[in-house]
Amino acid sequence: MVALDILYFAWVREGVGKDGETIDHPGAEMTVAELIGQLAERGGGYAQAFAETGRLRAALDQNFVSLDTKLGEARELALFPPVTGG
Amino acid sequence: MTEAHIAVGEADFDPAAQLSRLEALGGGAVASFTGIVRGGDGLQAMRLDHYPAMTQAQIARIVAEAQARWPLLGVVVIHRVGDLTPGERIVFVGTASSHRAAALESCAFLIDWLKTSAPFWKKERFADGRAEWVEARAEDDAARERWG
Repeated sequence: MVALDILYFAWVREGVGKDGETIDHPGAEMTVAELIGQLAERGGGYAQAFAETGRLRAALDQNFVSLDTKLGEARELALFPPVTGG
Repeated sequence: MTEAHIAVGEADFDPAAQLSRLEALGGGAVASFTGIVRGGDGLQAMRLDHYPAMTQAQIARIVAEAQARWPLLGVVVIHRVGDLTPGERIVFVGTASSHRAAALESCAFLIDWLKTSAPFWKKERFADGRAEWVEARAEDDAARERWG
């Protein structure tokens, strides 16, 4: 089974309560938004962290992507708020 | 070939040393921006998180974009992470060119892009015990978008 590493940053990490996890890859056709919906269904901190998808940003294999992007062959998904560096 | 120096880490840096590095390239024009942790509103400390596997590569992409747009002799981007207090340096952008407009414009471009396109997140801690993640600001997006 192919794996997908998920990384969480900033308040997403605090809401979920961990900085990452590895899941069975849900398939190339699933979009980032669909996977976020599945994570939110776990309830608890996940439901809270993923309640407002408009506040979330994502990267697949370390490239920023929109939430309607399909997972494809990516092996690393990162979920986080809009960046605030500089 | 542009000389590019990118550093991400907890260590402080010396802006004067970075400017000397850029001046030594012989271009005639050096511009820089230094970002400092702003005090006030009871801010006691700030913590900068980042996405280590992505940060360096993403800054390199932003630097490459600046190099494609302006004739640059050198670029320095330094971004700190970890715990910082008011008055401490957070970020440095320096550019060297043979032309002042290229040095000034590329420096502004780089800091505008860093604010909106590099994976850093700030959390502020206040004297009254509050700790809040900084919200992204629409004016930062607007500042980036003026570059097209």
